[in-house]
Amino acid sequence: MIRYFMSVVFLSLASLVHAETFKMAVTTSFENSGLADVLVPEIEADLGMEVQLLVVGTGQALRLGEAGDVDAILVHSRASELAFVADGFGTHRREIMYNDFVLIGPKSDNALIADATSATAAVQKIAEAKATYVSRGDNSGTHEAELKIWHLANLTPEKFDTWYNAVGAGMGAALNTASAMNAYILSDRASWLNFKNKGDLALLYSGDPELFNQYAFLPVNPAKHPVVRYDLAVQLEEWLTSEKAAKLINGYMINGETLFVFNAQVQ
Amino acid sequence: MSQMFPLTLSNLSVRRRGKSVLGPIDLVVDQGGPLMVIGPNGSGKTTLLRVMHGIERISEGTASWAQSDQANHGYVFQSPVVLRRSVAENLSYPLELINTPKPQIKTAVDHWIERIGLTKVKDRSATRLSGGERQKLAIARALIRDPDVLFLDEPCSNLDGQSTREIEALLLETAATGTRVIMATHDMGQARRLASDVVFVMGGRIVETGSAPDIFSVPKTGELKAFLKGDILI
Amino acid sequence: MPMNDITQGLLAALHLIVTFDAELWEISLRSLQVSLTALIIASAIAVPFGTFLAVQRFKYRRLVISIINALMGLPPVVVGLIVYIMLSRSGPFGVFGLLFTPWAMIIAQVVIITPLIASISHQAMRELWAEYHDLLISMNTSKWQRIKTLIWDGRRNLLTAGLAGFGRAIGEVGAIMIVGGNIDHATRVLTTAIALETGKGDFALALGLGFVLIGLALFVNIAIHWLSRTEREGRW
Repeated sequence: MIRYFMSVVFLSLASLVHAETFKMAVTTSFENSGLADVLVPEIEADLGMEVQLLVVGTGQALRLGEAGDVDAILVHSRASELAFVADGFGTHRREIMYNDFVLIGPKSDNALIADATSATAAVQKIAEAKATYVSRGDNSGTHEAELKIWHLANLTPEKFDTWYNAVGAGMGAALNTASAMNAYILSDRASWLNFKNKGDLALLYSGDPELFNQYAFLPVNPAKHPVVRYDLAVQLEEWLTSEKAAKLINGYMINGETLFVFNAQVQ
Repeated sequence: MSQMFPLTLSNLSVRRRGKSVLGPIDLVVDQGGPLMVIGPNGSGKTTLLRVMHGIERISEGTASWAQSDQANHGYVFQSPVVLRRSVAENLSYPLELINTPKPQIKTAVDHWIERIGLTKVKDRSATRLSGGERQKLAIARALIRDPDVLFLDEPCSNLDGQSTREIEALLLETAATGTRVIMATHDMGQARRLASDVVFVMGGRIVETGSAPDIFSVPKTGELKAFLKGDILI
Repeated sequence: MPMNDITQGLLAALHLIVTFDAELWEISLRSLQVSLTALIIASAIAVPFGTFLAVQRFKYRRLVISIINALMGLPPVVVGLIVYIMLSRSGPFGVFGLLFTPWAMIIAQVVIITPLIASISHQAMRELWAEYHDLLISMNTSKWQRIKTLIWDGRRNLLTAGLAGFGRAIGEVGAIMIVGGNIDHATRVLTTAIALETGKGDFALALGLGFVLIGLALFVNIAIHWLSRTEREGRW
């Protein structure tokens, strides 16, 4: 009994003793892509840094950054990121890569978006057909992107009828709901490719530049929270914007399809 | 050992929910042979015993021993209470409470288990004993600390003749060693067999007290006479 | 088809177990560590407290009992949020650096299961106290002696209380998700892994992990009961 106690204490203390631990909040979309599983071991090998990923919604990631509970955040929500830096919670914003959003829907495509000429045209068709639609509804990067498209199409989701379902959940959960309801949904490509419960859904529309999705790396400001590992954040940022990272990111594929495009600017 | 006597109850009353259950009573109890508390059911016998033992809240008056800091009593309840442990552990419990050294505990427990004839079942759970065995266990447990007083509240009321006989023998032996046995009973035969002193209680009042020969042969009060005759007293 | 999912789940569970899947062992072990530690700490608080409540009369006793029973209904997610706020770097106890470590999860689970164990213990002790009341008072026992006696003699019921708490702890996911962060190789346990796989749409794997969790809980329960039965026949 005592030995059990000791080992529990030791094991948890051991995690505190582990030299270079870096906590980063990332979004569910990023985790679901599987890219993290490729990058994290390389980072540990090259920098001796154990990157601990907290996979949370965009809102929670920002919140954790504000509280200083993580050392950096990697999100895809430009407006929120700018506010994060402006309010002094983050030191700066560094763009790393982008992927894209895709419109998913029932194979039968009753709203006929498959041959839409643009993203705005596609969502207009959905609204006109009053086709069942699932929205993340959680102020995430994906949700913000979705709202942007509706607004570009001069539509206001707040006024939509019951065909529009805001579920307030992460990408996977929202996809599950869409699958169960056989509904349309905007998803990031990576989450969709990795999603294992597709049911009767299919990828119907993609390619419009309006659907591009920019990921950025934001270190938490050490002036606000001296305890964060800003030194490690600097190292990590350098690594994430290096040629090696570019190769790994550009070369990452699911089922032969690339997902991300590395677009970090040299500084 | 017996400097704690006499016990003096002075103008003592016990009220529960506004109703008077016992008292006012005055009584002096000194050393001696078995003291039997007799009286009809509901007359306050149990309450009187509990007051003397010190586990009943007194509403008025006092109950005091000559030297109360040496109080060492045993108490046996009408319905035998056993701990959910083995017979042996039930007996050792009171000694463990006062931090008696283990070898002494073992000797005492072995001695008493034999005296009450439960050697064969000493490791059995006490909850699986018969009523008579349980009560004997309760008495032994009450006696194991060699108390100055042993209170018993109608201990044989639910037992068969054999158990009753064994218990009465045990009590007489105990009284002979100097422990004051104070016992409530509604079995007049038992009262006559055991008593050297008697207290007659009725309606919460002490109606008559005296030595056994006096009480049984020459009762003074009308109520006691009627009671001894066998009338039902209300 | 739902039934097909369940069969697939069972197969997934078998596959994970039979191949000694390393990650499965890691998160299962962590689940056990966290919940068993929480159980020990919570019981150390709840059992004496529940017993004390049964034995000691004091003015606000009924109120305290009502509060404990109400606390049992606290949504675990709310507990998680509160513990997060406490342990956050911006919070009062942030300096200990416990957030996103197994200890944060243990703390959250302790908060969740202590009222449950206290309530069941109290019930059991109250019954036992009613039985022992006159006897223990008659023997001039101190309050502490009474508590010790009740706990020892009522240990079987207290064990049931503990197992109830353990079940609640090992199946909990909301609070530990928030305070643990479900970090791979650090704070991921069976329940948070199930949530993760469910979110990815991998229902078969999620179910598989679920069956492993149920099996684990069953195993602990059976082990405890077996242990207590050997005690009954022999001597501890």
